Amino acid sequence: MRRERAPLAIGILAAAGATFFILPLIGLVVRTPWADAAKAVTSADTLEALRLSLVASLSATGVALVLGVPLAWMYARIEFPGRSVLRALTTLPMVLPPVVGGIALLLAFGRRGLLGSWLESSFGISLPFTTAGVVFAETFVAMPFLVLTVEAGLRSMDSRYEDAARTLGAKRWTIFTRVTLPLIAPSLFAGAVLCWARALGEFGATITFAGNFPGVTQTMPLAVYLLLQTNSEGSYILSLILLVISLVVLVGLRHRWLGSA
Amino acid sequence: MSLQAEVRVTAGALEIDMRIDVAAGEVVALLGPNGAGKTTLLRALAGLVPLESGRVALDGEVLEDTGSGRYVPTEERSIGFVFQDYLLFPHLSVLDNVAFGLRSRGVGGAEVQRRAAVWLERVGLADRAHSKPSALSGGERQRVALARALAPDPHVLLLDEPLAALDATTRAAMRRDLKSHLSGFRGVRLLVTHDPLEAAVLADRLIVMEHGRHVQTGTPAEVTSRPRSPYVADLVGVNLFRGVAEHGSVRVAAGAAVAAAGAESGDVFAVIHPRAVALHRSRPEGSPRNVWHGLATGIELYGDRARVRVESEVAIVAEVTPAALAELKLGEGGEVWLSFKATDVGVYPA
Repeated sequence: MRRERAPLAIGILAAAGATFFILPLIGLVVRTPWADAAKAVTSADTLEALRLSLVASLSATGVALVLGVPLAWMYARIEFPGRSVLRALTTLPMVLPPVVGGIALLLAFGRRGLLGSWLESSFGISLPFTTAGVVFAETFVAMPFLVLTVEAGLRSMDSRYEDAARTLGAKRWTIFTRVTLPLIAPSLFAGAVLCWARALGEFGATITFAGNFPGVTQTMPLAVYLLLQTNSEGSYILSLILLVISLVVLVGLRHRWLGSA
Repeated sequence: MSLQAEVRVTAGALEIDMRIDVAAGEVVALLGPNGAGKTTLLRALAGLVPLESGRVALDGEVLEDTGSGRYVPTEERSIGFVFQDYLLFPHLSVLDNVAFGLRSRGVGGAEVQRRAAVWLERVGLADRAHSKPSALSGGERQRVALARALAPDPHVLLLDEPLAALDATTRAAMRRDLKSHLSGFRGVRLLVTHDPLEAAVLADRLIVMEHGRHVQTGTPAEVTSRPRSPYVADLVGVNLFRGVAEHGSVRVAAGAAVAAAGAESGDVFAVIHPRAVALHRSRPEGSPRNVWHGLATGIELYGDRARVRVESEVAIVAEVTPAALAELKLGEGGEVWLSFKATDVGVYPA
């Protein structure tokens, strides 16, 4: 293949686009007080927020897999009335301002919410301002990424493999677990990674629905924002930690699953 | 084992309305052009496409009957299906592909391994057991697909264009291979193909299907000697006319008649082999009863044969040697005379 040379205008605009992303990252690296970094990284507060972030985002990804894959399957395979409306509604959190999502969650699962008041009176379960609430908020915002990715995977999969399994006597659940899921594994994995990344960075819905209690609901993004008000250098360090985690995941997975060029 | 089916299914713009009977001991090929509805019909027999109306029975046991509402789902039908592009599960090893049907049908662990291995041995792929399908050649995939379909001991074997995905060199060898596997299988054997050679080699009986409808049925020899549609005549490479017979000739079109020894009366087909048609530069003398004048509209060379299409009152193809063609100094668009004997025209009722 002939090596193509970019037209000047495109080259300049592309370089500006790349700089736009890279400059803030450089800023973060340059301005981080490295001398204090080691101390900050190992401080109890940071570790607590980091632990909570990982636990909550991985739990949210788990919940999204359990609920989202069947939802994606329904969207891809079953024609039912109102399917496109339902799909639009469940995709809404992708475009909705997360704070609005948090308020909506409060109105549904809050103490005086539609389901929340019943949960509280019947079982004494209260979700807001708990770690479970964090998982709720993150799942709400992040699951659509998984659903859409998995649905696309199911739609592009050759469903005749499922026919082949049927002619071999496989029942529906066997087909789903032994044929369908393995065949859409790349989409499943990509969807889970996108979902997890979105959950890890979740801020608005979390702080609105679950609040900001260290050790209980204060995830890394919340801790970063809080520190910025009082100790901005500390917030740089936490930001850098999040950056490193994201980068490691992105680089580590890209080659294996996300089809790098 | 025998299969009786009446299938009425609409697939897009195509309405399929077919009766299929496969008797014990015979291999039947469903032959037809692309888009005739062959694959849909096969899928309907397997229960993958629901019948609009009709009935499928295996050995008298009803698998589907729209009259009574009975429907045995695909996974409970004792059917082995070889798909056109094989559809081997790409994430499973060759052995696990072959074992899939055994596991689904509840065969236990060690027994599954043993029986799958026996089948791989039978198709000569024991050494590829742990390969992924993507590492196999086309011919090897075809054999795995066959082993996978046969391993659970089905009563029916359905094959959809089993050799179409192979290149020409592999195809001839695989055709022989498939023939021996087919003769080793005791159940109902039905294969779909658009390749007349494949159909003739593999099957005892052909069912020709066009536009979702039955065209003709018979042994390969019967179908080739008495084609009943332009498609079949094309496959066989003969000239076919349909017309009304009256006293030794067949009126095939407005004004055109073919003198034919066997023509008596009624709606008939007249078939003329291209080799029986002679070409001449000037009006031939002598005995042939059929002498036509026309334009050569197409000349094609096939090895040591040249096929010349002549437009006269009706179009007809003549087959001559390249030497004879050179002697005629005939080019496309040139005028030519042709003749054939009345005794070389086969006539049979339409």
